[in-house]
Amino acid sequence: MIACAVVGVGQTQHSKRRLDVSLGGLVREAMFRALDDAQMTMADIDAVVLGKAPDIFEGVMKPELYLSDALGAVGKPMFRVHTAGSVGGTTAVVAASHVQAGKHRTVLAVAFEKQSEGNAQFALGSGRGASIGAGGAFAPFLRAYIHRSGAPEHIGWKVAVKDRLNALKNPYAHLKIEDISIEKVKNSPMMWDPIRFLESCPSSDGACAVVITDEAGAMAASRTPAWILGTSSRSEPLGFPGRDPVRPQACLQCAEDVYRQAGITDPRAQIDMAELYVPFSWLEPIWLEAHHLAPEGEGWKMVDDGSTEIGGSFPVNCSGGVLSTNPIGASGLLRFAEAANQVRGTAGEHQVDGAKVALAMAYGAQNQYFSTWIVSNSLQPFG
Amino acid sequence: MTPRRAPKTSKDIAVVGWAQTPMVRQTDLTEAQMLLRVITDALAPLGLTRADVDFTCLGSCDYITGQAFSFVTNLDAIGAWPPKRDSHVEMDGAWALYEAWLRLHEGDIEIAVVTGSGRSSTGDPALIYPMEMDPYVLAPLGADPVTFAALQARAVIAAGLADERSMAEVAIRARGKGTVEELLAGEYVREPLRRHDLPPVTDGAAAMVLAIGDRADELVDRPAYITGFDHRTECHNPAFRRLDDSPSTRIAAAEAGLGNGRVEVAELQAAFTHEELLLHHVLELDDDVKINQSGGALKANPIMATGLCRIGYAADHILDGGARALAHATSGPCLQQNLICILEGPS
Repeated sequence: MIACAVVGVGQTQHSKRRLDVSLGGLVREAMFRALDDAQMTMADIDAVVLGKAPDIFEGVMKPELYLSDALGAVGKPMFRVHTAGSVGGTTAVVAASHVQAGKHRTVLAVAFEKQSEGNAQFALGSGRGASIGAGGAFAPFLRAYIHRSGAPEHIGWKVAVKDRLNALKNPYAHLKIEDISIEKVKNSPMMWDPIRFLESCPSSDGACAVVITDEAGAMAASRTPAWILGTSSRSEPLGFPGRDPVRPQACLQCAEDVYRQAGITDPRAQIDMAELYVPFSWLEPIWLEAHHLAPEGEGWKMVDDGSTEIGGSFPVNCSGGVLSTNPIGASGLLRFAEAANQVRGTAGEHQVDGAKVALAMAYGAQNQYFSTWIVSNSLQPFG
Repeated sequence: MTPRRAPKTSKDIAVVGWAQTPMVRQTDLTEAQMLLRVITDALAPLGLTRADVDFTCLGSCDYITGQAFSFVTNLDAIGAWPPKRDSHVEMDGAWALYEAWLRLHEGDIEIAVVTGSGRSSTGDPALIYPMEMDPYVLAPLGADPVTFAALQARAVIAAGLADERSMAEVAIRARGKGTVEELLAGEYVREPLRRHDLPPVTDGAAAMVLAIGDRADELVDRPAYITGFDHRTECHNPAFRRLDDSPSTRIAAAEAGLGNGRVEVAELQAAFTHEELLLHHVLELDDDVKINQSGGALKANPIMATGLCRIGYAADHILDGGARALAHATSGPCLQQNLICILEGPS
């Protein structure tokens, strides 16, 4: 397998409605920022990989066809991935595979969603009536987690406050709730018990792009590359007795797979920060446990003692996460891109001091599709 | 600045088998049911089970299925328990094959299964396909795929690459029925296209098994090695393209090394008769190359699997003793995006 790295990262300004840009304009905003960051032009790109969640969100079928021009893909390979909510992460994994296979040297991965074009809640239910929406689908999993772990009620509120405070340090973030507080979250309306309104992700317009290139390209980059030390994608079926959506096998396998590839034996100690896909507050402790960053049933304690804050011992979602910005198809790639920025030292105000190794993950459907990567500022961070 | 070329690797990856469902006008099976059967049908003759499969990549389309996240249900068909390394493309299964081909090149796994599936019968192509057009300029026109195809057919005829008679001959060869005079007596659907120039509506799925070098040799006598694989896209708006040409096909064929030797057969994803004649011209195929012996997309057109079936038929030629075969797949209006796969037997 050929070594590869992220050498350029770009994202749009995310907001509820980007009425100022077309779909093409939105992806170009992210693409040009990524190319500028990589100090490249479209001429340097050998292939484009596009990811987004269901086409019904914007009402454009197979939009990679229309977006071929906007993404500068004319005359090049244009590839389209769709793995539900994990798709942004899978887009990065598939783009990396293009390079790791030795078939393409420099690949642009782009993911977007322009949710204001349609009604996401309606689309999530395939347009059928009485859609329970994403929150309705996940609430039972979160309740099961609380029941099993005995975690106190305020853990969800703490995650919600932390991520919104982090978003205030991220110029691209959608939600900017200046007066966010435990009281405010606690008093927000109950949406899907135990999820309150302020413990839920927004619906955003936005895009993200990363440039991935091979070892020689990364060595020549003027900015620190984020070496991709491990990638993994796993899926599992919806539901049957014995499947555990609170601690999904597919998630555990992805984590173990990337740790093995990266040479990580003690993830809590060897990884400096993580960007985890947390659209509802309680998923933070759930994913900490499913990545062996906390013992089973104890992930909430890392939230409780402040470990996952930017100044804590294991910062999580310093960008503000999905709780602050959620263009669904791009939300996974944003995690992967933010992790890359952290190890490149380019995360700005939400930079974790000295971050060398970062984990990113995204999940989709009903905790069924998982994508994960480990990035580092060194090809051999552990000597 | 010229794009830098990727270094080539010498790893060998082969198609070792494939299967397709009966191709029918309408099936009562769900997509997951079709896939359940066809994946078993592809694996069983090789003595493999789902547990032997290291990676799966599925190709399907929500708009064809009529449901968001439609592919999630298809996880039941791949036997993703314990969980599998898995991916899904909102593209024809031919591109799912491309992803699996890349993934196998990473060298840590041996067997992959890819699928393409679609039930077109449940929708009206004239209503669905306009939604794949530029949403600001072209989709509002509501022009259906036959309309865009007719525009291209006119350009191909004007360029002297086809006429209504040669198009009818393509249809007769594909379907094995009728005479040119009979077909040309029919009414136009969109001038210059008649009913026989159009593809059928087909429900169906296909599954293909890939294996890396040594494993491939263990599984079958003559693995169909993928020796060239490339795909390219073009400008979307047909009005901005030369419709009597297919530059993306030409680039993909060159990159896949089509010119490195002669092919005996070619399977081209030509849903309309003039597309076959255009592709034949662009690929500069010799007259003795047997084209679409399977009947091609004019005989069965299971959207999202049609391209993968082309590669399947080309692989059959190798598995059955042939030396070199070409398969082509396409997506988008007027052949916007094109894929070329070259398959060769063991030398």
